Amino acid sequence: MTEFLMNHMMVKVRGVDKIFKRGSEVIHVLGGLDLSIPKGEFLALMGPSGSGKSTLLNLIGGLDRPSEGTLEIGGKRIDRLSERKLAAWRARHVGLVFQFYNLMPVLSAQKNVELPLLLTKLSRAERKKRAAIALDIVGLSHRAGHYPRQLSGGEQQRTGIARAIVTDPTLLLCDEPTGDLDRKSGDEILDLLQALNKEQGKTIIMVTHDIHAAARASRTLYLNKGQLSTEAVD
Amino acid sequence: MKYLYLIFSGLKRKKLRTGLTILSIMVAFILFGYLTAIRQAFDAGVEVAGADRLIVRHKVSLIQLLPQNYETKIERIDGVDNATHSTWFGGIYQEPRNFFAQMAIVPEELFDMFPEYVVSDEHKAAWLETRSGVLVGRGLVERFGWKLGDRIPINATIWGKKDGGRTWEFDLVAIYEGIEKGTDTSQFFFRYDFFDETRAGGTGQVGWYSVRVSDPDKATEVAAAIDAEFANSAQETKSEAEGAFVQGFANQIGNIGFIIMSIMSAVFFTILLVAGNTMAYTVRERTNELAVLKAIGFTDRGVLGLILSESMALTFVGGAMGLGLAWLLVSMGDPTGGSFPVFYLPTRQLFVGFVLIVAMAFVAGIIPALQAKKLQIADALRR
Repeated sequence: MTEFLMNHMMVKVRGVDKIFKRGSEVIHVLGGLDLSIPKGEFLALMGPSGSGKSTLLNLIGGLDRPSEGTLEIGGKRIDRLSERKLAAWRARHVGLVFQFYNLMPVLSAQKNVELPLLLTKLSRAERKKRAAIALDIVGLSHRAGHYPRQLSGGEQQRTGIARAIVTDPTLLLCDEPTGDLDRKSGDEILDLLQALNKEQGKTIIMVTHDIHAAARASRTLYLNKGQLSTEAVD
Repeated sequence: MKYLYLIFSGLKRKKLRTGLTILSIMVAFILFGYLTAIRQAFDAGVEVAGADRLIVRHKVSLIQLLPQNYETKIERIDGVDNATHSTWFGGIYQEPRNFFAQMAIVPEELFDMFPEYVVSDEHKAAWLETRSGVLVGRGLVERFGWKLGDRIPINATIWGKKDGGRTWEFDLVAIYEGIEKGTDTSQFFFRYDFFDETRAGGTGQVGWYSVRVSDPDKATEVAAAIDAEFANSAQETKSEAEGAFVQGFANQIGNIGFIIMSIMSAVFFTILLVAGNTMAYTVRERTNELAVLKAIGFTDRGVLGLILSESMALTFVGGAMGLGLAWLLVSMGDPTGGSFPVFYLPTRQLFVGFVLIVAMAFVAGIIPALQAKKLQIADALRR
């Protein structure tokens, strides 16, 4: 049973330390952290500010490197990859959703969604087609030609999600995806993430402060002072 | 190619700033093109000067005359192929601002000495048959709208006529073309025999000699031999390579090349700061977006290439527009109304302009591009 689970793990974090240096000060953000996330899980990661949630998310997404320990994502040791290979791995396997959407203001929703596809060998027509499908999945086909400033917060976040899923990644990393949205828009985004998890089998890790958002996940973990637990620590 | 819209979208972000930067670069390249054409105008004579030709003039100054019989003595010197003489006329056509060079020469010798002047056999024959005939360059003919058969009056400022008159009349019987674009086609050649018979004074005297040497590598020795031949005579000579002679003539009004290079260097340095500043702001304002690009899979080198490409696009748009406008302005002709007989923007200088565009794009963009390359995704996303 254990072996079966291990073979179906999307994320295996083992003994990960993350240390930041600020001048002469050394800050231990994560210390000897272990974490396993099975394929197809929707995990919510909660914890107080500065607890290391986003740092852990960045490490799993290959945006940062651990000071110690190993990171195996989808069966691949990403902590050993060169910068170029890590970038290629991110492009292929990871979709990122940010709190403040991080869309290019000078590009239309369609062009924003197409961005990750620029790194593929797809033709222009194929890129356009796939971006249209991604926008359709998030319910924004009718806003494809609009620029971010012409979209509401919820629509911008849905565009961000379309950008994250356009390459059909296996892992979606969401850093407070509803943190900048009102309740209604936030719920719509959570509905969408749940649908992507249940209908398309995406493994999702969502960092959030919102207990209602975390309730949508299949499992919630709490991070405090660099350590994980299944229960919130006051 | 697929990144093109991404490159230009970066520049569209701050349209006014981008527009002003492009305008600055454009002005710099207009100046480059126009000043290059002016420098070319000053250097034209030097560039087309024959490497195998010497100029022999009076040792005291160019305006002192030399005896006509020096020609045979010069031709007897070892290393000399042939020689011919020219005499400056310095007349005025209608009004002083219509300046152009007028010279008395020996027609048969002119064609041997200066193959860069291309004349048809028909025109040559007409000139040899007409004592008052004149051979005029195509550029000068077009400048004044002359045509074959025209009688052209020139008022003498130096050479009065034996009959006391000062107006010389010449018949336009021949036109020469330049063998290449840089050849001066603004000159006015008339026959020395006609000139010598008609002038009131100075008979048998000439302005200077053009001498062809058989071996250009020995031009210095031949020049020394010529000067030695006439040393301690009443009219000593000074011989030098034609290129050096023309350069010396141009340098009488200053080192034009140096002045123009100084102006252009100052302009380009300033524009480099402007373009560099624009690119630095472009990167600084987009730290977060660049981090997102890296997060979705762009490599460090990819981001570096993107910023350098933006710099290239910015500089290329401004530079190409500037070079194009400079070319148009230069094509409109000599701005002095005749002082620059050769005024054009050579293709190789356009090429130099495009090399400058690339260099400017690289220098302006490399530091911001390296900063973008070094950007740590996690750090940048936190900002």
